[in-house]
Formats: sequence, C-alpha cells, structure tokens
Amino acid sequence: MSNAPVNNGRRRFLTAATSVVGGVGAVGVAVPFIGSWNPSERAKAAGAPVEVNVSKIEPGQLIRAEWRGKPVYVIRRTDAIIEELAGHEDQLRDPESQEPQQPDYATNRHRSIKPEFMVALGVCTHLGCAPTYHKGDFEEKVEGTKNGFFCPCHGSKFDMAGRVFQGVPAPLNLVVPEHSFPTADTLLIGVGQGEA
Amino acid sequence: MENFMAWIEKRLPFMDAMNKHAIQYPAPKNFNFWYVFGILATVVLVNQILTGIWLTMNYEPSGDGAFASIEYIMRDVDYGWLLRYMHSTGASAFFVVVYLHMFRGLIYGSYQKPRELLWIFGMLIYLVLMAEAFMGYLLPWGNMSYWGAQVIIGLFGAIPVVGEELTIWIKGDYVISGATLNRFFALHVIALPLVLCVLVFLHIIALHEVGSNNPDGTDIKKPKGSVPPEEQSKFTFHKQYTKKYDIVDAIPFHPYYTVKDLVAVVIFLIGFSWVMFFAPEGGGYFIEAPNFEPANGLKTPEHIAPVWYFGPFYTILRVVPDKLMGALLMFAAIGMLFALPWFDRGTVRSIRYRSKLHLLNITQFAICFVILGILGTKPATDLNNLIGVIATFGYFGFFVALWFYSKGEKTKPVPERVTG
Amino acid sequence: MRKLIVTILACVPFLAFAAGPTMPLDKANNDLSDKESLKRGFEAYLQNCLGCHSLQYQRYNRTFRDLGISDEEGKEKYMPTGKNVGDHIQNAMPKKDAAAWFGTAPPDLTLIARLKSPDYIYTYMRSFYQDPERPFGVNNKVFKDVGMPHVLQGLQGLQTIDEHGELTPATGGQMSPEEYDEYIRDLTNFLEYVGEPNKLEREQMGYYVIGFLLILLVFSYLLKKEYWRDVH
Repeated sequence: MSNAPVNNGRRRFLTAATSVVGGVGAVGVAVPFIGSWNPSERAKAAGAPVEVNVSKIEPGQLIRAEWRGKPVYVIRRTDAIIEELAGHEDQLRDPESQEPQQPDYATNRHRSIKPEFMVALGVCTHLGCAPTYHKGDFEEKVEGTKNGFFCPCHGSKFDMAGRVFQGVPAPLNLVVPEHSFPTADTLLIGVGQGEA
Repeated sequence: MENFMAWIEKRLPFMDAMNKHAIQYPAPKNFNFWYVFGILATVVLVNQILTGIWLTMNYEPSGDGAFASIEYIMRDVDYGWLLRYMHSTGASAFFVVVYLHMFRGLIYGSYQKPRELLWIFGMLIYLVLMAEAFMGYLLPWGNMSYWGAQVIIGLFGAIPVVGEELTIWIKGDYVISGATLNRFFALHVIALPLVLCVLVFLHIIALHEVGSNNPDGTDIKKPKGSVPPEEQSKFTFHKQYTKKYDIVDAIPFHPYYTVKDLVAVVIFLIGFSWVMFFAPEGGGYFIEAPNFEPANGLKTPEHIAPVWYFGPFYTILRVVPDKLMGALLMFAAIGMLFALPWFDRGTVRSIRYRSKLHLLNITQFAICFVILGILGTKPATDLNNLIGVIATFGYFGFFVALWFYSKGEKTKPVPERVTG
Repeated sequence: MRKLIVTILACVPFLAFAAGPTMPLDKANNDLSDKESLKRGFEAYLQNCLGCHSLQYQRYNRTFRDLGISDEEGKEKYMPTGKNVGDHIQNAMPKKDAAAWFGTAPPDLTLIARLKSPDYIYTYMRSFYQDPERPFGVNNKVFKDVGMPHVLQGLQGLQTIDEHGELTPATGGQMSPEEYDEYIRDLTNFLEYVGEPNKLEREQMGYYVIGFLLILLVFSYLLKKEYWRDVH
C-alpha cells in the first residue's frame, strides 16, 4: 500500500497493534448503536406480564386479554367441554401437542395448567387472523364437536384446547403463552409456572 | 482475486481514485497543528450523521411528543442517552473545529488565489451547518429551543413589506408549532445533510485540484523541469500531479498524514469524551438549562441566548438599534467572509511573511470575534452594547483595512521551499 | 503566532461569568452514590411531593433497580395498588383543577434538578418564611410569591424574615434545623438522581472510554513516529 522506502518489523508490529486496538474501539463504538435496538423500557413495560381476574368468568365464557400487543383468549371450560376434548382426537393434526407450541407444563390434553381454564393466543397459526369462538354451534363445522374455533379468513378449525383439525390450512396448534396462577383467582400471563 | 480487481478497476477506477486522493496525493510535509481540523470536522460529520440516524429511530417529530420522546431516549432506550449526548456534544464540537479550521485558512492565506472556490465551498458548508444547527436546536422542543427559533425566525420579519407574511410562511402557523417542528425536522434530517455531503465532496475535490496550502504559503508544485531530480520529493505521486509539475517538499497523504491525523483524532476524541461523559451540558452552553422545560409559548426564559456558536452574529444583530439594519449587518458579516479572497489583494499567503500590520489586524479580528461571541450569550446591558459596537467595528474594520494595506504591503521574502 | 493564541485564550475567562445565578444558593453537597440517602429521599418524595408533582418520565421499576429495591418490595412499600411496576411515577391530579387551586399547575419535577440545579432545590426547600399577605401564609426567599404552600411546615416549623433578608426560626417543627437540612439533602439527592438516572453509569463509562483512548494514543503516536522517520 505505502510507497515508503523502508519497511521493517517494528513498523509492521505497530501497524498491526494499532489496527487491533482501533478495531476494539470500533467494536466498542458499535455497542450503543446495536444495543439501542433492544426493546426499550417502554416496550418492556408494555410487554410485562398481565394479570387477569378469572373468578368473574362465567362457565363457557371467553374473555380477551391483551399481552405484548396480541389477544389472549381465556375461557372457563365447562365439564362438558373438557370431556369433549377426548372425543375427536383422531381428527386432529397434533393431538398430543408434540410440536413446541406450548410450555412443558401445558403439554397435556387440555393444554393448560388447570383443565378448567384454556389460555391461548387468539392468533391463527396459518396467517395470523383471529379465530372466532363457536360456542355450542361448532357442529356445522366439525361433526360431533359442539364447541371450537373457526378462523374466518381461510377456514382453519381448532378445538377447545386450541388443537388444529386436519385438512385445514393452519399447520400448528394455537400458541399457549407462559402463564401461571399466583392465587386461585388470578391468572398471570407472561410468567410461567414456577418462575419468579 | 487479482483478475477480479482488474475487472472492477476497468469499469470503476477505484484504486486509481485511492491513489489520486490518498496514497499518491502530494501533501506538503510541513503541516502543523492547525492542519488537523479538516479531518476532525470530517470525524464529527460522520458522528453527527450516524447518531442522527439513530436518534430519529426513537424521536417523535410532533409538538405533543417531541419533548417526551427526548426523555424517552434519555431514559428508556438502551444507550439512548449516549447517542443523544454524542449528537449534542458533536454539534458544539463541529463548530469548535470548523472555527479553528477557518482560522487556519485565515492566517495562512489558504483562501488566496488559486483557492478562492475552495474557500467559497467551505463558507457554504459553514452556512449550511448553521442552518442545520439552528433547525436541529428546535427539535428537542425545550423552552429555549422554542424561543431561540422565535427570535431567529423573527429576523425575517425585518424584511420590508413581506416580512410578516414570510415569518408566518416559514412557521406554517401563526406561532411556532408542530407544523414548524415537522418541516424543520425534515430539513434537518434529510435535505440539509444531503446538501452538506455534496458540499463536503466538492470541497475536497476542489482542494485536491489546486493542492493543499501550507504554513509557509509556498507552492510545492514547481514548473515541470525546473527542479533537478535529486531535489524533488523522493516519493511516488500520481501522474495527474507529476505530469505538469515537479513536486518538492511533499509526502504522500497516506500513510504519513493518515497516521498523523490518527493521533490528532485520538487526542480530539479524548477531549470530546471528557465533555460528553463528564460535562455533557457543557456548563450550560452545549445544552442550556431552560431546555429541560418543554416549549411554552406563554413563558419566556429569563434570558434568551442563542447557542454559543451563533453568538458573534447575534451580537452584531443586537447592537444595531434598527431591526432591518441589524439583520442586514448580520448577513453582511457572513457575506464579508465569503468575499475574503477579494478583500485580500496581497500575493503573500502566510502570516509568517506578511507585515506586522497584518498580524495586528488578524489578532484584533480574532479578539473581536471572540468578544462578540461571548457577548451573544450575555444579557444586553448598556456596557455590553458599547463593547459590542466596538467589536463590530473591529470585525468589519478587519476587511476594510485588509483591502487597503494588502496592495503594496511590505512583506518579508518568502522562501522558495518550505521550512521545517 | 504564539502570542496570538495566548491573547485569544485570555478572553476565555469571560465565559465563566456568562451564566451565573443571580441569588447565592446554599451548597446541597448531595452524593448520588449514597443509595440510603436516595432511598430516604424517594420516601420523602412519595410522602410529601407526589400528591401534587408527578415524575412523568421516571418509571417505578427503574427507580427500584437503581436504588437497590426489589420489584416485590417496591410494589408493596412504595406503590399505590392497581399500578404496574413499569408505570411512570404519576399522580392523579387533574391539571385544570390544580391550576385553579394553586394559581398555576404544579410542575412536573422529573427534570427540575437539571432545570434549576440541586443547590436551588436545596435552598428553595429551606427558604419558606411567614408572610400573611400570601394565600397560604408563606412566601419564599428564592422564589418570590411562589404559589406553593410550605408543605413541610410541620417538620421544619415556620421561619420569619427580617429587613436584611435573614431567615430565623420562629416556631419549631418536629425536626431540629440540622435534621431538616439532612431531610432536604436526601430529597435533593433523589431529585438530582431522577433528573438523570444514568449519571453515575455515564461517568463510569467515561473513565473506561478515556482509558481506552489513552492506550490507543500510545500506539498511534508510536506508529506516527515510526512512519515519520522516513520524512525527517
């Protein structure tokens, strides 16, 4: 590069050393620029766990909570609904919840901590529409199943544990977010069972 | 790899440009302390552009949201405070280095023939920089931002007949409002930086065309064939320079000045970091205390002062008891700088070989400029105004006196070759 | 040339006078690294100030983290129910009513220490005196005809002013003058912290950065000398 008349080891060493130290400096300068793209305190506050009082939910009723900008469906399942879950497993894509769409403690038939409460993101795993809750009139979509979710966009169908039926565009079960019950009446969305 | 480079080179002479402007660019070997401010200005420009881009990612250009979004950046965004201080300290640092860079040009006659256009481009950069700083200063939407903008936009009201209409047109409202903020934001982050970059490019191209001046003001390019080979510079330079000239007393910009400038840049960064990390408010001059209160059109800060770098021109404006004349004189003060190459009718460049009178004139000019700057940040008392009038005379007197004595000035003999 | 620079530099001390306060203020001498003091100041703020003055840019959890309080403890001890730890420290006072009650709405105090300086807060909070002509019966030596009542009158007691502007305690409060000064110092300390929560972090980082640059300076200087042997 240079057209300097002399070139010796000392010069090469100093060039390399200065480049290395300068390179470390360049990395250091990059830190604030990269770091500033992390979620800000505001985003973290908005994404903080959400508390839902579940004592007021009627049997069979769905309420929507908002967590990190997404709708979370919370439903108090009746005994009839819970029983129904076992009835149509042969028609489901992933009845045993083998795909990691839920925390470990919700890898069961009802995909939740308490069978009574279903907690799932109301976001269809196909293209992100909000499935509608069909309470008691789901039989027109799936024979023999009274309750379920139907996505109006492309017709995907889910059962009352958010498990997807076969033969619809949605590939996966609905996502179950981390959740826990700090007291019997409060549901905390965003903090998993056994965590802080 | 070599083939690939050759392929590129044929279509886009990148290496040739590198040689022309760095590796084989002949720079006088006697650059001193004053010659580092050009590169420092470039460093600050890069800093301003980068941190500026990053600040816009979280800044909210609206009357309701601007002030809060600054505090959001300062508190909620990771490292947001650092990016913001880099930008605010950078704004002041920009003017520090640009003023010193201009002063260098002044004392070594770098504006003289054949570098007039280079000087004009530099002045245009300075002008755009002032506009950039002024508009940027409104964006935090603090109370000093607001009233500072009020005063400066008010200047246009001095223009006869259309003045009042013009200020409303600039503001886009009857008061300074979100509409004003939005247009200033657009100009500050897009329009003016583009202009600035183009001007900086032209400044450097123009510099490399005529070649760098040096503290002796001598030419390092001698007529072809006039210098015996053993006295020519022992380094290789690009043929663009050696075709027509014999080069003496020069060294390639790279690596000699890149390593020298690196030292200067590091020293500068130490000072810059010291201010940024330990005194980001710059003692109330870089970030003024009233700016920690949101813009309030009903409550004027006790003492409205422009940011320090506008001080000299603000004082000139203020010492004239007539609004229109004051504004005209202020613009004339900048105009004089533009015309400097034509005020100086001498042929000797460097202060080293010019008359005592010239040294005296430059000294009084520099002192007057500093005094004007200080006065601009202080309240207008009778005494301050009197000093301001005297300093204003000193400022303009510099140019007038220069025009008279520079023709037929008694100068010392200028050496053929650079010294030291 | 050198003379020229010296003369120009000689003008710089002018700058020191440019932005002086008009009224002498007592030195707060607060210490941002004293977490216990900050905590006491935080408690004093919540008890006495928050009713009227929000800290609208400062979040509870940020304050807890910086003061060494866990979120659970903070939620229990320092926060009203129904608020999230990520919320800003804000009161529920409607601005319009407040303006009617005090003549002007009580300002937000997040940035007060940067707007006015810690010394100002420290002096202001200790400069209330009896003045029957004012709506709340008190005036302030630093902020003449302030709309704010002397909220801490119970702690400090009431002072009177003589014709030289000297303040003397008239009726005592729950605290001795020294205790009261200490109380206000803590409060001032907290408000300076809130004005710029990352000030300590900033200065810490400054030492590292400048230390690094000094190392880089050594290398680049040696490099420069090495190359410039060709020239000399």
